[in-house]
Amino acid sequence: MAIDSQVVARVAHLARLQVDDGESEALSERLNEILGMVDQLQQADVSDVEPLAHPLEVSQPLRDDRVTEPDVRDKVLPIAPASEEGCFLVPRVIE
Amino acid sequence: MHDKTLTELRAGLQAKDFSARELTEHFLGRIQARDGELNSFVTVTGEQALAQADAADQAIAAGDQRLLTGLPIAHKDIFCTEGVRTSCGSRMLDNFIAPYTATVVDNMAREGAIMLGKTNMDEFAMGSSNETSFYGPVRNPWDTERVPGGSSGGAAACLAARLAPGATGTDTGGSIRQPAALNGVTGLKPTYGRVSRWGMIAFASSLDQAGPLGLSAADCALMLQAMAGHDDKDSTCLNEPVDDYLGALEQNLDGLRIGVPEEFFPDNLDGAIADNARDAMRELEKQGAKLVKVSLPSIKLSVPAYYVIAPAEASSNLSRFDGVRFGYRCEAPKDLEDLYKRSRSEGFGAEVKRRILVGTYALSAGYYDAYYKRAQQVRRLIRDDFARAFKEVDVLMGPTSPETAFKLGAKADDPVNMYMADVFTIAVNLAGLPALSMPSGFVDGLPAGTQVIGNYFQEGRILNVAHRYQMATDWHQRIPGAFQ
Repeated sequence: MAIDSQVVARVAHLARLQVDDGESEALSERLNEILGMVDQLQQADVSDVEPLAHPLEVSQPLRDDRVTEPDVRDKVLPIAPASEEGCFLVPRVIE
Repeated sequence: MHDKTLTELRAGLQAKDFSARELTEHFLGRIQARDGELNSFVTVTGEQALAQADAADQAIAAGDQRLLTGLPIAHKDIFCTEGVRTSCGSRMLDNFIAPYTATVVDNMAREGAIMLGKTNMDEFAMGSSNETSFYGPVRNPWDTERVPGGSSGGAAACLAARLAPGATGTDTGGSIRQPAALNGVTGLKPTYGRVSRWGMIAFASSLDQAGPLGLSAADCALMLQAMAGHDDKDSTCLNEPVDDYLGALEQNLDGLRIGVPEEFFPDNLDGAIADNARDAMRELEKQGAKLVKVSLPSIKLSVPAYYVIAPAEASSNLSRFDGVRFGYRCEAPKDLEDLYKRSRSEGFGAEVKRRILVGTYALSAGYYDAYYKRAQQVRRLIRDDFARAFKEVDVLMGPTSPETAFKLGAKADDPVNMYMADVFTIAVNLAGLPALSMPSGFVDGLPAGTQVIGNYFQEGRILNVAHRYQMATDWHQRIPGAFQ
């Protein structure tokens, strides 16, 4: 499956990245090289092989449902790009 | 003092040959005088380091010397450190003052470690040469025209140049072991889940693991002893008792079965690199180990499987960088979408964007089965190959990297060629196994490393193998001429 500028634009939008027209062609080329290498995976016989997500196949431990995290508002708001009255500030979403 | 290992420095502090303040001042002085040539630190925390050193001296005077009391450590800039910039090598986090401290850093501080500063790295740990850092490349102290490897390149370079006696790193596909090899130092990636990932900025969560880089296997054992252990804050951190790594170092190697995977010695491998690793194994044979040929047929697919799984996880992990809550925000966004897109495009560098795009593509509708699911099936085949091998042998060995340090810029516009730098290290991450790289000599004047891979939770065994090797060799004691 070859990647062209149109595919790059679609995937970039999904990833919320902006790709300028000037870089689109070189980027498609690099991505095709990477996917070409990745296509070696098609050689593998994976019939009846279960996907492996965690190498040790352990289950998630359960813990008591207690409040453990303190309120960190005073720590996280000062490092936000913009905040007001205890909230993160973004451009207007609803007109 | 800077030619000494952590183990020796620890004894020196105990004997009061020097104080923690003198030791810390010495390394801070070396960083100030020499790091301009290497760029191995992003941030130096001199003031805090001296305050920690004074506290360490008081503790030692009071008879409370712990595992790392008074020992200066350089932390990779991927570990969050409260009140100190944590950049992850990215413009995205250039202004990020972490509001909390990573468990690894906390665990080491609890044992008395002093933080010298934060080391340079490939952006978001994505790279094998340290050239993707927003702060510029790190240079290799053995030849400053060459790369230090990556992504923990700053950690390995500052150790090799003796600007710090110990360092932390992270390893997703070889990011501790490959730079360790290229700089002539020892680096250990523990079993997945042995060390907490809490506060370690995520790249590929099912592969990421923190570990130590040091001047010897004994130093790595000392640091790992402090780093490892269960952490409630990381649900993938395993609740298994931590072994006595220091106690395991001296065991003799009689009857040790070393598996030699033929796939680690492919026909196209540089003969000098192959000979270097074979010489290391021969040294261990002299100490009673037996070499056994083994085969791991599926690991030839480890690089392709990795370059689906790691970008897929990265594309998800890095979606948190949206310009809203922390990190970089673009100027004058016209609406929310513009805010997201421009903040991310201006904040991330080229390699990070490439990997996000590959990951997003691999996970997108219609391609999931062909890429992500298949890569995870191959991941099982790879893990099963290792499991079969470990029924026959105790450890596996081969070269850490197919080449020594390459020239800066040599692979800059050739990502696939760059990815092959990790061809011998990546399979270990996919399988979640522990592995280390130890210095095993020089090829054309540049350090070469040999990898020792163990079965799950066998960190003690592979540290033991490396320690015994280092008792019989002096490669790990070599210092780059310009940094004596």
